[in-house]
Amino acid sequence: MPITENDVRWVAPPKLGLFEQLYLPVVVDGLTTTFGHMFHKTRTEQYPEQEPTLPPNYRGVHRLNRDAEGRVKCVACYMCATACPAHCIDIVAAPAPAAWKDREKYPETFVIDELRCIYCGMCEEACPVDAIELTTLYDLTGLSREQMIFDKEKLLSVFDTTTKAGTDPVRTKGGALGPASEAPPAK
Amino acid sequence: MPEFNLIYTGLTITAVIAGVMGFVAYLILAERKLAAWVQDRLGPNRVGPWGLLQPIADGGKMFLKEEVIPGHVDKVFFVLAPIVSFSTALLAIAVVPVGGTVAPPAPAATVAEFQQAQAEYASHYSAVIQPGLDIGLLYVFAVGSLAVYGVILAGWSANNKYSLIGSLRSSAQIISYEIPLGMSIVGVLLFAGSLNLETIVAWQASHTWFVFYQPLAFLLFMVSVFAECNRLPFDLPEAEQELVGGYHTEYSSSMKLGLMLLAEYAHMITTSFLMSLVFLGGWSFFGLETLFADSPVVNALVKLAILGGKMTAFVFLFLLVRWTIPRFRFDQLMALAWKVMIPLALLHLLGAMLVRHFQLPGIVMTAISVGLFVAAGLVAVTQGGPNNAPRRPARKLPEGVPAGVTYIAR
Repeated sequence: MPITENDVRWVAPPKLGLFEQLYLPVVVDGLTTTFGHMFHKTRTEQYPEQEPTLPPNYRGVHRLNRDAEGRVKCVACYMCATACPAHCIDIVAAPAPAAWKDREKYPETFVIDELRCIYCGMCEEACPVDAIELTTLYDLTGLSREQMIFDKEKLLSVFDTTTKAGTDPVRTKGGALGPASEAPPAK
Repeated sequence: MPEFNLIYTGLTITAVIAGVMGFVAYLILAERKLAAWVQDRLGPNRVGPWGLLQPIADGGKMFLKEEVIPGHVDKVFFVLAPIVSFSTALLAIAVVPVGGTVAPPAPAATVAEFQQAQAEYASHYSAVIQPGLDIGLLYVFAVGSLAVYGVILAGWSANNKYSLIGSLRSSAQIISYEIPLGMSIVGVLLFAGSLNLETIVAWQASHTWFVFYQPLAFLLFMVSVFAECNRLPFDLPEAEQELVGGYHTEYSSSMKLGLMLLAEYAHMITTSFLMSLVFLGGWSFFGLETLFADSPVVNALVKLAILGGKMTAFVFLFLLVRWTIPRFRFDQLMALAWKVMIPLALLHLLGAMLVRHFQLPGIVMTAISVGLFVAAGLVAVTQGGPNNAPRRPARKLPEGVPAGVTYIAR
């Protein structure tokens, strides 16, 4: 339906006085602003000599966290693989080793195709045990597509690297796993 | 006319062309750096220290890139357009002094006096490719006007509606602004008595700079020069947001485009020289040019430095204005030329004629100039806005609502 005449509001442009209509003083004022900006501090970040400072929730490469005893935290519940929009997480679950008393399953293989990943962070949000996290590593390169498919060992090594470097501290709560990792109730 | 000396002329031509081309190359870098600093960032600084080798990289790119002539263009004019642009831009520099000059002598009463004056004139060296050309300024304007052919041919040959509209707008703009460009100078010519640039500079060296006598002519000339060089705020013909590049859309980034861009910068340099020569006194600087008067070489260098400094300041102003003022719309541009600048230039010329005829003191000329400028502002204020605004009555806003509000939720 076209707009009716009553709904159209015509606004008048602001009236210019003599000072503005001469145009030149206002132009000179603008020029002083522009000229002054030349002497401000520049905000350019000279990459690669200067690395950017990333916020802690930056979504970079994934890692698999270890718990306090050094075991992989993941309980192979498939929540991340289900949540992933790009279907890039591939898990094969297996019964946990007998020595690991606080969980039922563990991931035998845990493969993420870093090239398929869209780095949305849904897996990090979905994980109930804070096993998978996105780190601040952004300059990821590889020489072949196969190299960029990260398996469990690679993801765990990302954990070791980043915690040692101190850039991505472990953010979980005291090392205790969540309810999904509890043993089934004894019959 | 001094004697034609092949060696001096050859050296001057080489020096001027090399200097101008080198300056143009580094002007491209200077524009990018200045644009960056104004925007709180650094410019190109990777190629060489502080990006000083960037023009060499750009030049290398221009030379080495593949020359593409699209299939749908008019081949003759496509190749001819950058040639016309560039050659006219360089030709205009032939009469522009680039250093200390001596004015050619005025007509003398007897043959003996004439011979003596000519001999005395011929003994000096003027730092200009063609010294003593009596139609100097007219030649510069005439050759500069031919540059519009380059733009028209570029737009027409491209067989592309964006290029065509861009070149038509550009030609309309350039032709419209030629008129105040010429008219604002005539007031200066009445005082100096000759079109020869060396005479104009010599007049200013012995009297005062023309910018103090005729500030309005200086302003009109500067604005016209901005429009002639297709430079913001008049760069609608080549604005990326408007016309995909306007008349140089079809030119891929090879030597042809390089020549057209170089022509634009060469026009900027020529007109900056003209502004500093005609209005700002050229190589004179309140007596500073008499430094080292006993050593002609050093004195010539001093004058070159003074003129170069003024020219660089104007070029810097060109670059700075680009990032300060928004672009004019095409109808605003044409209205400015025909409705504001031509009447002001005519009235200013009338004022200059009156001052010269009645031998009034120079301060009267300044007063007339400034008075015309303020009167134009007053006329604009009484008009209350442009006449192409919508003519419906503006609805009154309720009390307390600021201007510009179009929707008030109930």
